[in-house]
Amino acid sequence: MASAVAQKTSGPPRPLPRPPGRRRKGSAPRRLPYLLIAPAVLLMLGFIAYPVLSVFYYSAQHYNPTKPWRNGFAGWENFTAIFTEDTHFWGTLAFSLKWVSVEVSLQLLFGLALALIVNQTFVGRSLGRALVFSPWAVSGVLTSAIWVLLYNSQTGITRYLADVGIGEYGTSLLSDTGTVFWAAIVADLWRGVPFFAILILADLQSIPKDLYEAAEVDGASRIRQFVHITLPHLKDAIILSTLLRAVWEFNNVDLLYTLTGGGPAGETTTLPLYIAHTSVEGRDFGYASALTTVAFVILLFFSMVYLRLSKFGGETK
Amino acid sequence: MITQDTTRSPDLSATASGPDRAGSGPAGRPPVSRRRKKNRAWDEVPRWHIYLPLGIYLVFTLVPFYWILLFALRPTGSTSLVPWPLTFDHFEKVWTERSFATYFENSLLTGVATLIMTTLVALAGGYALARFDFKVKRWFMLALLCSQFVPGALLLVPLFQIFADLSLINSLMSVIIAETVFQLPLSIILISGFIRNVPYSLEEAAWVDGCSRFTAFRVVVLPMLRPGLVAVGSFAFVHSWNHFLFALMFLNSQDKQTIPVGLNTLMGADSVDLGALAAGGVIAAVPVVIVFAFIQKWLVTGFSAGAVKG
Repeated sequence: MASAVAQKTSGPPRPLPRPPGRRRKGSAPRRLPYLLIAPAVLLMLGFIAYPVLSVFYYSAQHYNPTKPWRNGFAGWENFTAIFTEDTHFWGTLAFSLKWVSVEVSLQLLFGLALALIVNQTFVGRSLGRALVFSPWAVSGVLTSAIWVLLYNSQTGITRYLADVGIGEYGTSLLSDTGTVFWAAIVADLWRGVPFFAILILADLQSIPKDLYEAAEVDGASRIRQFVHITLPHLKDAIILSTLLRAVWEFNNVDLLYTLTGGGPAGETTTLPLYIAHTSVEGRDFGYASALTTVAFVILLFFSMVYLRLSKFGGETK
Repeated sequence: MITQDTTRSPDLSATASGPDRAGSGPAGRPPVSRRRKKNRAWDEVPRWHIYLPLGIYLVFTLVPFYWILLFALRPTGSTSLVPWPLTFDHFEKVWTERSFATYFENSLLTGVATLIMTTLVALAGGYALARFDFKVKRWFMLALLCSQFVPGALLLVPLFQIFADLSLINSLMSVIIAETVFQLPLSIILISGFIRNVPYSLEEAAWVDGCSRFTAFRVVVLPMLRPGLVAVGSFAFVHSWNHFLFALMFLNSQDKQTIPVGLNTLMGADSVDLGALAAGGVIAAVPVVIVFAFIQKWLVTGFSAGAVKG
């Protein structure tokens, strides 16, 4: 930037040339944006669009390498099986929704609180921020590894709590159907809250400070400032990041796959985890594709809401 | 009080005699520095309102980290809550016997390749979105937004077949491509947001000086994109480093596996070697922690450049 300005002021006055792209080669500027998006478009067509379409295709097929005699066109059979015969489907769907709603609302609540706190001025703020945000970087399998260690029935946190008189020895939080849900929720919150907090903090910092100054001159209390300035300003970002996060939590399988494996007794199997089990272990690709199609329809609902709320097409400023 | 206000914006010094709270930082503090000024509306929050919840949250954040270090550094069988006597046996064991040296190399290669590919492709796409109007722009945006909702995990089977057709199964290239593709939509949206924040007039000024579009981009825009590129690149790296399913599915020989898959095998066994698991976890965390420490100051700035709202 500096060099450009410097050259501009030092050079002799010249007639204003048109932008180089438009000037040099007649058709270049019209082709340029297409050339620029081409790699992204090709990659996404090949590795997102095409696989999605083939999932739709396989959902109407019986396709299972371990039962080749049955392979072939299935029509709606996979889907009727899902909704009428499948004993796991509704359970896993219900668990998915429960998981997503509890997880995302807690993440939002704690993330907002955390962002408001670290947005204050206090001694040691940057260190504090770095520390509370650090689990953001740790995700998936590593989170599971850490919490498997913490929840271990022999040497985990419950042992030391029992030492000081809280709970009993040998409590296994991950293999007890009563505790596994909250144990997994806490593990996921550990890495999810910082992410939410970072998003919200970024938006907090974009609020013009003179709004607060003006409010303060008018004698508005901090609570009123929060309700009338902070919240309205954050509204859009909160809604959109909550939606994105919900989809992300719905889709993510890393944590539960490695932390609980969907157990005990299928207690923590989300729909995507069930699909992964069906396709990878069960090798029933046709059926898994039909399940995936159902998951897509559910996600489609989320994306419609998201597109509507993000006012798609209204160019982001 | 007056000395404090003179460090603030001029319009405020006029209200120095206004309500007590308007201008005062915490009593006994030196004049508020420029950086602090940003948050002055909240200056009068009681200290314990900050430190108490933050302290509780810090305990929640840090205990798991301490726990994994503890298990990695103390001898098997010890129940002490301090890692003493210190031992590095677990590290040695996972690094050599459990082939974490190989996993580490594979993960690093995959992560760096994903970072480079994602950044380059997203830079081109982001520039097109930010600076041009073209016919399919709307559709491109729509595709980007929608593809954020497509779960990679659910496309495992067709992706596996595609990579099998391309003879890329058991090649790191399959994982690199898959990670790149699923990082792209968000990266393009982020980068186009960052580019939009660079005034177009600066680029035009460079053209006036005779720069080509590409040179103008390199000399004028690229330096100003640094925080954004760091944010996007580190996302791509960290995501690929941590992600597990693609590597698990597309790489089937042990010498091609990555760290998360290695960690999972340590967890999967019935007799879990907790020391090895902890040491493996620490090894997995190291690069991510380094990246994180390095980008932390850019992270929030990067986000607040405004792209997150989509």
